[in-house]
Amino acid sequence: MIGYVLRRLLYAIPILIGVNILIFTLFFAVNTPDNMARIHLGLKRVTPDAIAKWKHEHGYDKPLLFNAQAKGAGKITETIFFGKSVPMFAFQFGAADDGRDIGHDIKTRMMPSLALAAPVFLVGLLLYITFALTLAFFRATYVDYAGVVLCVAMMSISGLFYIIGGQFLISKLLHLVPISGYQYGTDAFKFLVLPVAIGVIGGMGGSSRWYRTIFLEEMNRDYVRTARAKGLPERIVLFRHVLKNAMIPILTGVVVVIPTLFMGSLVSESFFGIPGLGSYTIDAIRSQDFAIVHAMVFLGSVLYILGLLLTDISYTWVDPRVRLS
Amino acid sequence: MMVQLTPLWTDWLIYALCVIIAVYIGYTRSKPHLLAPWRKVVRNPTAVASSVILLVFATIGLLDSIHFREALPQADNSGKTVYSAEIISAFDRLAKPLRDHVEKTYSAPLAVNLFAMESVEQADGRVARLFPRLKYAGGHLGKDIDQSTQDQWRLFTKGAISGALLWVLLGFMLNAALATHAKVRFSQMAQRLWRGQTELPWRTLLFTIGIVLWFGSIVWQLAPNYHLFGTDKVGLDVLYLTLKSIRTGLVIGILTTLVMLPFALLFGIMAGYFKGWIDDVIQYIYTVLNSIPSVLLIAAAVLMLQVYMDLNKDAFNSVVERADVRLLFLCLILGVTSWTGLCRLLRAETLKLREFDYVQAAHALGASHWKIMTRHIVPNVMHIVLITITLEFSSLVLAEAVLAYVGVGVDPSMHSWGNMINSARLELAREPMVWWPLAAAFVFMFVLVLAANLFADAVRDAFDPRVQ
Amino acid sequence: MFSYLRVSVCVLLLSLVAACGKAPWNDPYPVSERGKNTLYSVFNERPKHLDPARSYSSNEIVFIGQIYEPPLQYQYLTRPYTLEPLTAQAMPEVQYFNAQGQALATDTAPEHIAYSDYLIHIRPGIYYQPHPAFVQDAQGQYVYHALRPEQIASLQAPTDLPQQAKRELTAEDYVFEIKRLAHPRLNSPIFGLMSDYIMGLKEYGEQLSREDKKLKAQSGVEAYLDLNRYPLSGAQALDRYTYRIRVKGKYAQFKYWLAMPFFSPVPWEVERFYAQPGMKAKNFVLDWFPVGSGPYLLAENNPNKQMVLLKNPNFHGERYPSEGAPGDRESGLLADAGKPIPFIDRAVYTLEKEDIPYWNKFQQGYYDASGISSDTFDQAVKIGGTGDAALTPDMEEKGIQLKTTVATSISYIGFNMQDTVVGGLSDRTRKLRQAISIAIDSEEMISIFRNGRGIAAQGPIPPGIFGYEEGEVGINHYVYDWSKGKPARKAIAEAKRLLAEAGYPGGRDANSGKPLLLNFDTSAVGPDAKAHLEWLVKQLKKIDVQLVIRSTDYNRFQDKMLKGDAQIFEWGWNADYPDPENFLFLLYGPNKKVGSGGENASNYENPEFDRLFEQMKNMENNPARQQIITQMLEIVRRDSPWVWGFYPKNYALYHAWYFNAKPNLMANNGLKYLRIDAQARERKRSQWNQPLLWPIGILVMLIAMVLLPAALAYRRKVHAAPRVRKDK
Repeated sequence: MIGYVLRRLLYAIPILIGVNILIFTLFFAVNTPDNMARIHLGLKRVTPDAIAKWKHEHGYDKPLLFNAQAKGAGKITETIFFGKSVPMFAFQFGAADDGRDIGHDIKTRMMPSLALAAPVFLVGLLLYITFALTLAFFRATYVDYAGVVLCVAMMSISGLFYIIGGQFLISKLLHLVPISGYQYGTDAFKFLVLPVAIGVIGGMGGSSRWYRTIFLEEMNRDYVRTARAKGLPERIVLFRHVLKNAMIPILTGVVVVIPTLFMGSLVSESFFGIPGLGSYTIDAIRSQDFAIVHAMVFLGSVLYILGLLLTDISYTWVDPRVRLS
Repeated sequence: MMVQLTPLWTDWLIYALCVIIAVYIGYTRSKPHLLAPWRKVVRNPTAVASSVILLVFATIGLLDSIHFREALPQADNSGKTVYSAEIISAFDRLAKPLRDHVEKTYSAPLAVNLFAMESVEQADGRVARLFPRLKYAGGHLGKDIDQSTQDQWRLFTKGAISGALLWVLLGFMLNAALATHAKVRFSQMAQRLWRGQTELPWRTLLFTIGIVLWFGSIVWQLAPNYHLFGTDKVGLDVLYLTLKSIRTGLVIGILTTLVMLPFALLFGIMAGYFKGWIDDVIQYIYTVLNSIPSVLLIAAAVLMLQVYMDLNKDAFNSVVERADVRLLFLCLILGVTSWTGLCRLLRAETLKLREFDYVQAAHALGASHWKIMTRHIVPNVMHIVLITITLEFSSLVLAEAVLAYVGVGVDPSMHSWGNMINSARLELAREPMVWWPLAAAFVFMFVLVLAANLFADAVRDAFDPRVQ
Repeated sequence: MFSYLRVSVCVLLLSLVAACGKAPWNDPYPVSERGKNTLYSVFNERPKHLDPARSYSSNEIVFIGQIYEPPLQYQYLTRPYTLEPLTAQAMPEVQYFNAQGQALATDTAPEHIAYSDYLIHIRPGIYYQPHPAFVQDAQGQYVYHALRPEQIASLQAPTDLPQQAKRELTAEDYVFEIKRLAHPRLNSPIFGLMSDYIMGLKEYGEQLSREDKKLKAQSGVEAYLDLNRYPLSGAQALDRYTYRIRVKGKYAQFKYWLAMPFFSPVPWEVERFYAQPGMKAKNFVLDWFPVGSGPYLLAENNPNKQMVLLKNPNFHGERYPSEGAPGDRESGLLADAGKPIPFIDRAVYTLEKEDIPYWNKFQQGYYDASGISSDTFDQAVKIGGTGDAALTPDMEEKGIQLKTTVATSISYIGFNMQDTVVGGLSDRTRKLRQAISIAIDSEEMISIFRNGRGIAAQGPIPPGIFGYEEGEVGINHYVYDWSKGKPARKAIAEAKRLLAEAGYPGGRDANSGKPLLLNFDTSAVGPDAKAHLEWLVKQLKKIDVQLVIRSTDYNRFQDKMLKGDAQIFEWGWNADYPDPENFLFLLYGPNKKVGSGGENASNYENPEFDRLFEQMKNMENNPARQQIITQMLEIVRRDSPWVWGFYPKNYALYHAWYFNAKPNLMANNGLKYLRIDAQARERKRSQWNQPLLWPIGILVMLIAMVLLPAALAYRRKVHAAPRVRKDK
């Protein structure tokens, strides 16, 4: 087990290098360091001299991937790519292009992101399973049919409608929660109620329908029939047997997203003005702050790989028959 | 009128798609085992109803994919025809009144006045604040503008009645045809049809077509004379915008999967079939791609395209062409971010299939890898492909809206639901609220995605062996 | 089975009730802040630089304008904009000299002046805000100038250090800041400009670069470059309270720069303090933790969420002005005359990136002031019968006040004069440009997109700036006719005639018969931009010309502008100071964007105009200057390098509890004059934000109604379970 985990972690290194190269190529195919300098120096009265200085100060005055002028290993190491990527592996994100320390910003912005994403995840999981189980219980009745139609209808509405509509109704007309914003600590509650509710509702259609299929599949198995034949009440069959066995595909399906909860949600955070990592990424894309974009992609990849690993481990946890080798 | 056909990049792809579908139909017709699941689909009433809706959307999208330039009137006597610089589509020609009736700014659905007050200088030189008359809506009424409500009712009734008549006529013809086919009496067939006792769900089909016809003919009556869904900020007819958005949605939903299909098929099957280092490399590629947040990848790609267009700016002479290339590129990059899922499914399926006896037998008989893959594996994974395409479609249409919000969606000059929803955020904050563009986008998008979802469900039920 | 759902709904509702208590539920601020003398405002973009030598954008100056004090400031109430001393005892004494160093009379012609001296006496007894950098021990040694890295690492903010001290403001601090403009590690945006004017600054910059390289090679990249060791000939302190700036030639606009944060004092101790190794890694730099002598100090700096300004305990004190413009007394702006300022104890600026939440929170009373965007206009303002703006009854009922000003800025559509189709000074392209200028109906644009918040421009100089002329003499008669006492746009037929004369009858090239295609380059994105671009296309369609929108990203657009690849584009300019030179230089040939990277975005170059510009530049505001400006305006109107666009009008809304607000487009230190009534605000907020619960109640009931049959069916099914088994 430990050997397997170690091997997977080693395997992550080439993936992260690949991610770095890809993001570098993409970003610098469209942005020259000169452009970046101009954006960060502002609009009025920018001289070429100031641009050169900025590039030097931020380490963008070297070749991108390969330095033909340097000697020996310097051909690789004296490049923007090397200078900006290697510290990442030690989680040294360095300074953003505007001079602020990225690591510090990530640390302060992680909590709001998590405070939004974790409740959405947990409440959502609970609600979807409950709903799906209800539908499975009433399979092939009007309750089931209406539920599925509801799910499909909910899936067919763009998430933006939920946000726009929710904000308009709850915040603007009913004055129940602040329209947007955030406070640290327990005050965060009133800011999070609406985005969490919308997040849960937005994901309801798709997930519930998926879980329902899983439950139905499980209910057609022999052991369920046996259990029923033994005269166990339907309730017990459903909770003891079906739910327990259906948790395997459900858990392994959702475990992969747990680490990425830290990354926050791009759209929700910017709509509700939550100072999390999602809005941080969007702002960085819009202001073309490469250092931040780079750091966020790196972090995202690490968390994603971690999620895959967790999925594998969760297999062994819920199903003792699976062994990792 | 002389026209010069100017197909756009996405047009070519759409035509190609039509050819592929035609070939597929031709091929399937001769193969009973391939036809069987489709028979199951057409027996499903929901699938029939949703496919009627999808067909209506597809027709509009197709009409909107025939692009051409119109000839300009002769300037001199040289006899040389000069074509307009503006590219329009067949749909634009059909919807000419909608396209040309551009007001100054916002007006509510069916209104005859602008939505906001304006200072207007009157004949006596005084400036008054009033709601100015619209230029086109109700223009045929002239001075009798206060009759507009009656006029709208008249048009509505006319539309409703003619729609109903058409429907009855259609029902008659269908029933007659069915009766001849089944060799029963007309009234007997009508009874069966009415009770839904036919083998295929003809009743559902007739009913859906009836609704479409009814709405269609009402719109047909009202739309040329009034702005049925109002106008937007620069006075464009919202109905026209929503209808134009259909093509954008369809292109994103369909072409994306079409673009990613070759990659997913090739890589997925190769990984599963060859295993070993090929499998490792392919898995490496898709893990790398998967671990980059897709919005970022899309943003970078869209920016790259702009660089390309700026370097080759002479190649893109019109707004339509520029927007089209961006749309195509967006499909490409959405394909790149979404092929990994299908690839993984195909890899898993191929891993299973290659151990089957007949594959092993073919191998032992010395069939080439290529032949085994195309003959034995591809046909047996096609159901996965089909299910994925239909399921992906709706999520891609929805994704377009989110991308527009982030600012990396289709070209701002292209009509799309995403762009409409995006502007609606500002419009909802107005007081009094401008709700109709959002409502129109919502209704059309909802109907399309709902139909697609229902159809996808039916396809999955018919094709997925696990469900059977 | 439904208990999950039921419980979670109940918990949600209960906790909502518990969390909010009596006060409004949607209050975005902590309960502890209620009723305090705090101002609530917004910022919409992370400020990048708070160092006075670096910051140049308005969202940064909002903060540092309250913290730093340059020698001069603009009078708050009087118009036209007038300078007055701030930390200076009086306005600077200017003395002109010839090349031999002889003093010249003030009316000497500019070409005889070799250099001019600005002598500034500052007031004694002004102190900086408390800061650890100033702390000295008994021996006069600075206590915190040699901190250990681990000491620094443990700090949350530099002000966490136990001791803080104050220090008097001296003339040397002003000189130090001028030297910092040339600092090689700072990249001051005005270094290039100022090195053309301030004597010796250019050489000083070169010298510092050399020394800096040497220093870095010797003792590492973070070594402290001590500017005190290098004197600058152009700026010197003559005694503790007097300094002199020496400017090359005559630069009449220099006094305006002395009211900008670039010329604020910076104490060397602070620069030394922040230069300690380990400070930069913690973001402890002057760029993030400003130290000034102004009325406020930056207490919290979290650009991700909020910035907080607190009253500076060491502020030297100032009194509310007792003179104002006509009408100020009537509108109550002089009620506080002579009272000590600042009035407000604390100002909280919240990050608000989008207009809509900003506007909604303003209406709910959570922000004290707001601008008006086009989409909220109808809700707030109605235009009266006479064309004046007035508030809607809704807003009036809330006690909201409206202030309008014409901004000292211009928004225009430029032609790239180097383009082969639209550029050049030939008769043909000039007529094409004039035709387009007529076709693009700025009045309609102002009415649709800005709801009348603007004035169609007649030339580059906006109202309120010397050189702008009212009435018939001031109109652009290439685009307008004077009729019935106001300018009237020429008819489209006239535009079509001009277009035909330019060689494009009916919008088609007379030679080839091909339709005329023009390109509009833009980096604008977003829904509002989309509508605007569609509108532009519609305008040119009126004269049968097709406009192709080439939208691109911001970088690419800048690049195009620099290379001169753009054809038609939109651009704007905000005045640095209230002088026509600051607008006319946008069309001055040597200032071209292509090649010299200047601010002349349309690359316009007309020798006659350039000659007149040089003549006009250093003149005082007198009729002779007006005459030259009128000539210059005639030249550019004829050449039409810009479609003149419009001068934006700013509408600002203030709540009833907000006093002494008067938009001042030049002054950036207005916070100290403002006063709020926190009690009134508290009352209004709870009055406006009563939560409405009944729709939620109905919703819950609806859900219950849907669930009830399901629950019944569940019971039935459970009881019927044996029968189900039999069926199977």
